[in-house]
Amino acid sequence: MTTFLQIITNGLMLGGLFAIVAIGLTLIFGIVKVVNFAHGEFLMVGMFLTWMITTRMGLHPFASVILVVPAMFVLGALTQRLLIQPLMGAEDDHVQIFATVGLSTALMNLALLTYGADIANTPTFGLRAPIELGPVRILTGQLYIFLAAIALVIALQLFLKNSQTGRAIRAVAQHRVAAELMGVNVPRIYILSFGLGAACVGLAAVLIAPLYPTSSNIGTYFVLTAFVVVVLGGLGSIPGAFFGAMVIGIVDSAAGYYIGSGLREAVVFGLFLVILILRPSGLFGKRMTLSHLS
Amino acid sequence: MLTLKNIDAGYGPTTILQDVSLDVKAGEIVTIVGANGAGKTTTLRTIVGQILPRRGKITFQGEDITRLHAHDVVDRGIILVPEGRQLFPDMTVRENLQMGTYRKSARSDQESRLEEVLTLFPRVRERLDQNAASLSGGEQQMVAIARGMMAKPTLLMFDEPSLGLAPIIVSQVFDVVRQIAATGTTVLIVEQNVFTTLKVADRGYVLENGSIVLADTAPALLKNDHIRRAYLGI
Repeated sequence: MTTFLQIITNGLMLGGLFAIVAIGLTLIFGIVKVVNFAHGEFLMVGMFLTWMITTRMGLHPFASVILVVPAMFVLGALTQRLLIQPLMGAEDDHVQIFATVGLSTALMNLALLTYGADIANTPTFGLRAPIELGPVRILTGQLYIFLAAIALVIALQLFLKNSQTGRAIRAVAQHRVAAELMGVNVPRIYILSFGLGAACVGLAAVLIAPLYPTSSNIGTYFVLTAFVVVVLGGLGSIPGAFFGAMVIGIVDSAAGYYIGSGLREAVVFGLFLVILILRPSGLFGKRMTLSHLS
Repeated sequence: MLTLKNIDAGYGPTTILQDVSLDVKAGEIVTIVGANGAGKTTTLRTIVGQILPRRGKITFQGEDITRLHAHDVVDRGIILVPEGRQLFPDMTVRENLQMGTYRKSARSDQESRLEEVLTLFPRVRERLDQNAASLSGGEQQMVAIARGMMAKPTLLMFDEPSLGLAPIIVSQVFDVVRQIAATGTTVLIVEQNVFTTLKVADRGYVLENGSIVLADTAPALLKNDHIRRAYLGI
């Protein structure tokens, strides 16, 4: 029984990690309708920033959030303004996909050039220490990630639901032309949304950096699961991505124990394919996606 | 108040409007009538800045607005109630109406305007907390008009407000148009429903193949032989 609880808990913690990486991705997709293939590299940039700030200034890694999140917002906003927006008038939407793939490769190589192929270890400040919650043990840092993922989902939902700007974002996601007719500056909403999505992955980076070694290819490690989570949750749905992440986290954790750790990914992606065949619009279907964002 | 001078406009390589000139004076109800494909919607989309004209000039209250983006045109007080309602499907009716007040000068006294609008559309009041997509076509049209009114327009433009509606709803819609004009809002209305529209309007333009072929007062157009033959089937 304790083992089972431990597996579920590990799954939830892993889910929190997947969720916090995926939220920004689904946000950008839901609003700007662009699949950002550079999302993983945004995470990598955020993690390097966290590492630099933490080691140079001797601060607690979480303190770097004040710098990393705004910096990532700017990176996202600039990506939309300088890279995506000029391509939005293009005849073929696929051009944008190639652009983000290009950005991904560029960022990865830029990191390789700047930091070399070495691993950068962010000081842990006790975040890798286990804590006991009843019968189960988890890492302190994991718990923070899980809680932060929940807080981020709630905060974004409140912002999108209740603020004038949040409503305008949803309006653009649902009907761009009609939003324009209400006086919404659509290009500006796109820039803001891309920035917000990047800021979310910036937050993820700050929380993840103390737990995982940072390297130029760390983004690829996380981003594939993030894509699975986003598709599973119904493209563009923030709560969908969260619950999708929990499902993947638990499946991953259970498969690792009961089937064998070498087959975890096979099980996760196999299940993903099965779900896609049975429910092409994701686990949480169209309704949830639409009522929340797009 | 609104003047179009020698406008040419279209999509991509296709030119739709050719040398369109028209004007709308403050307080008037002006209509542009014409068959499907004559360029009525293109005219409205050009005015509101969703299409850049190739030639010509558009002025509103003395200001050149020819090259303004849609959101800037809306900011000046020109509001379009688009063809096919174009509501935000997964927002509640209330949120749709709130989107109407997005432009800066519509943000004050939102509450009292909401009250006014809901008095005009009692059915919309009953549906306030439902998703817009769950409404009937007639109700959606009411919400689209109400959303336009929430924007506190100086000039309110309607694109085919009667399209796809039952006759009884159509007459309700035109009643509302009349009431909106009575409060001092200037109205430009584009319709295929020529007879009903000319009954409501002060003046009308007839658009055929992208060009204005006739312009007169509405009563005169109703008596015009060409209009009677081509549009009224008399």
